[in-house]
Amino acid sequence: MTTIIESEPWLATVALISTIIILVSMGMTVVHLLRGPGLSDRVAALDLTALLLLGAIVLYSLKTGNPMFLDVALVLALLGFLSTIGFARYLEERNKP
Amino acid sequence: MNSYLIRMTVPWLCPFLLVMSIWILLRGHNAPGGGFIGGLVAAAAIAFWCFARGVEDAKRWMRVSPLHLMIAGVSTALISGLMPMFAGKPMLTALWHKVEVPLLGKLPLGTPILFDIGVFFAVVGVTTSILFSLEEFELWNRSGPS
Repeated sequence: MTTIIESEPWLATVALISTIIILVSMGMTVVHLLRGPGLSDRVAALDLTALLLLGAIVLYSLKTGNPMFLDVALVLALLGFLSTIGFARYLEERNKP
Repeated sequence: MNSYLIRMTVPWLCPFLLVMSIWILLRGHNAPGGGFIGGLVAAAAIAFWCFARGVEDAKRWMRVSPLHLMIAGVSTALISGLMPMFAGKPMLTALWHKVEVPLLGKLPLGTPILFDIGVFFAVVGVTTSILFSLEEFELWNRSGPS
C-alpha cells in the first residue's frame, strides 16, 4: 500500500514547510508562556500549544501515512479546551473575594 | 461557572464526547483504544458538564450514582473473568463466539469486550466520584464550615 505522500510528491514539500511554521510558532508560544505578564496570558499560550500540537500530529500522520494518529488529533481537539476551561474556572474563583 | 456560552454549548458537546468514548471502547483490542481510555473520555464529558453547570446538575444528568457504576463495572469484569471457568478453562481465558449479523457478516463476540465494558464503567465511576467529592468539598469550603 502506497501512502498518499508517495503518490503525490508535492505533499512532502507542503508538509516540510508546515512543520517549520508550526515549530517556529511553537517556540514563540513557549516564549510567551514563560514571559507572559499575567496568568491569563499563560493559560492562553497553553491552549495555543495544544492546538499547535494538534497540527503537528496531523502532519505526522500525513508523513507516515498512518491514519491512526488522526483519531488522537480528534480526541485532543475535543478535550484540549477542557484544561483551558478548568484554568478559567480557577482564575474566576481566585479573583472572587 | 458563570458563562452563558459554555452553559449553552455543553448539552450539544457532551453527547458527542460520549459517542466518541463508546467508539474508542469498541475499537479496542484491534486498534489503539479500549475500556480505560474510553472511560476517561466519558468522564471528561461529565467533568465538562460539572464545570459548566455545577455538581447537582451533573449528577442529575448522569442519572446513576458513581458508586453504582463502579459496582456494575467491577462485577461485569468479574463475570467475564469467571465465564471460562464454567467452560472448563482457566480463569480470564478469552472465549469467542461468532454471531451471524444479517447484511453485515460475522461479528466476533468474546469475553474481552465484556471485560473492557466493565473497565469502562469502573473508570467512569471512580473518576466521577473523585470529581464530585472535590467539587462538593469546594462548595462546602466556600460556604464556610460553620
